[in-house]
Amino acid sequence: MSATEAATGGEAAERPTAAQTLRRVVQGDLSSVRVVLGLVVIAVIFQVQEDRFLSAQNLTNLMLQITTIGLISVGIVYVLLLGEIDLSVGAVSGLSAAVMAVLSVNHGWNAYLAIAAAVAVGAAIGFLQGSLFSRFVVPSFVVTLAGLLAWEGALLQVLGKTGSLNINDPKITGLANTFYSDTVGWIFAALIIAAYGAVVATGYRKRLSAGLADRGAAQLIVRFVFFAAIVIAAVAILNSDRGVPLAVMILLGFVVGMEYVAKRTTFGRHVFAVGGNAEAARRAGIRVNAVRVAVFTIAGTMAAIGGVMAASRLFAVNQNSGGNELLLLAIAGPVIAGTSLFGGRGSVWTALLGALVIGSISNGMDLLSLSSAVKLMVTGGVLLLAVLVDAVARQQRSASGRV
Amino acid sequence: MAADGAPLLELEGISKRFGPVQALDRVDFAVSAGEVVGLVGDNGAGKSTLVKAIAGINPPDAGTIRFEGREVRIGRPQDATELGIATVYQDLALCDNLDVVSNLFLGREEVAVGPGQVSRQLDEVRMEHETADLLSNLAVTIPSLRSEVGTLSGGQRQQVAVARSLLGEPKVVMLDEPTAALGVPQTKQVLELIRRLRERKLGVVVISHNLADVFAIADRVFVLRLGKAAGEFQANEATEEHVVAAITGVGNNREQDEQSGEGERA
Repeated sequence: MSATEAATGGEAAERPTAAQTLRRVVQGDLSSVRVVLGLVVIAVIFQVQEDRFLSAQNLTNLMLQITTIGLISVGIVYVLLLGEIDLSVGAVSGLSAAVMAVLSVNHGWNAYLAIAAAVAVGAAIGFLQGSLFSRFVVPSFVVTLAGLLAWEGALLQVLGKTGSLNINDPKITGLANTFYSDTVGWIFAALIIAAYGAVVATGYRKRLSAGLADRGAAQLIVRFVFFAAIVIAAVAILNSDRGVPLAVMILLGFVVGMEYVAKRTTFGRHVFAVGGNAEAARRAGIRVNAVRVAVFTIAGTMAAIGGVMAASRLFAVNQNSGGNELLLLAIAGPVIAGTSLFGGRGSVWTALLGALVIGSISNGMDLLSLSSAVKLMVTGGVLLLAVLVDAVARQQRSASGRV
Repeated sequence: MAADGAPLLELEGISKRFGPVQALDRVDFAVSAGEVVGLVGDNGAGKSTLVKAIAGINPPDAGTIRFEGREVRIGRPQDATELGIATVYQDLALCDNLDVVSNLFLGREEVAVGPGQVSRQLDEVRMEHETADLLSNLAVTIPSLRSEVGTLSGGQRQQVAVARSLLGEPKVVMLDEPTAALGVPQTKQVLELIRRLRERKLGVVVISHNLADVFAIADRVFVLRLGKAAGEFQANEATEEHVVAAITGVGNNREQDEQSGEGERA
């Protein structure tokens, strides 16, 4: 029992002081706090310049604008956790959406079947790229760079001569254009808060009964109140415009679900292990290549889902679908929000937070009618800053004996 | 503390070739329950190759392996694990980004009962509990079971790695250079831990360059030289000079080598 005592005693002694917490925020250990502070700064800057920025209507628009990037980033987080990169997700999202559009519009498929086909295409592409990467030990960026070109070509091929398809099936366009009534919005809020409370409470009770309670109940209650306040505020804002959008619920659903997989399941643990030390994972009996293939399949699947959402918002698929800076923003988001490019560190929440940061900057600059020249340079600067912060945090970890 | 009964693990005529290099040449090796065997030899003598052959990392080209008297084939690391052979490598094979509990249970995580089973949800509470129990049984103290392994000292990391090897309730534990790069007090802790493995009636194989450490814990010393068995000594009967002579292969008569000056290499 001495180890138990040492463990709990040690943790009590390690409770950080305010100064230590501040240092951790700056150095990136508490990167989500850093990102939230960054969001506040961004919001203040744009609000001062243009008072429509924090209006309910614009915030709702912002949430709709980030769903595609957020969904793609969920898959990218998994790839980043492995310490790999997937450059094909933009092209895969475009191709998958085109497959859906062609099946729905030209062949009259049922909307859900067409969406399922699109998702299957994304998953198959991810599986193929993951298999090539792990089977032939080719750097993932080369495999997926080849994919980027090939799937962009496939997009043009699938779309045919017209180069554009308008989607009119309401089941597809409804994905991004459905808003719930105020009542339903509040029911969502109540359910989310209740679910969070239940998870926190059962977890705490279980640890308490096992004699492992390391966090005080007060701390958990503060977190719960904070969480509930955010949910209530968000629903209140969305309700005062068009209501809670279905697209936002879909994004949140994937973020929460995939965060659960990453942090609470055996598979997620293995992803972190492979990203942290692939050789150690192999020797521990983890099927490293199977994990890699699964992760790239997830990335392809999430890219397809993001592509479907983009097509739904646009009511169309065209030759530009999944193109432009979508790919880089989807990768930049999680990195900005604290998922390491070097593997083994991060969370799916960074997909949402990163998309919020990038979306806010882009949305704010649109409101100010800045030129795309300025927008691209600013976004590039933000990404560079984020990568530098990641690299500095890593250096400091290794300086303090942590790799 | 001598071996009782038949050997637990017995190797016969093990050979392994890497391209032009004959890394192991018809080596016979055995370890019994409750016995610590020191595996020594110069660089490139084949110590690590032998351990990797037993661990299923690099299966041998020829030879037979018997475990508990039964002939077995160890073609993959999992085969060794299933038999009850655990290996602690020199580079420890820990994931620095994961905490102590996660590392201990890596690859054999406890899955929660109930609805979480579908997603193979981790039973963190049970794993943390078992970690605490195991570490206290081994008298290993780690400041926090939830601290990242990358933040621990070398001795603590070594102890975590050894503790991890015990989770599968193995019968044989192989340790590759467990005391290399450790300070004096940390080395002492690790040697203590190895003695506790022997008390648990495990067969223990320790690879080490440090003959003082080997003599401090081993019952028997097995010497490899250029991939061949070059001598076997009961630790309480042999001197370091005998072992060094076998390692370096100077002279055929051990007694002469005591004057050869090579003994200072130890």
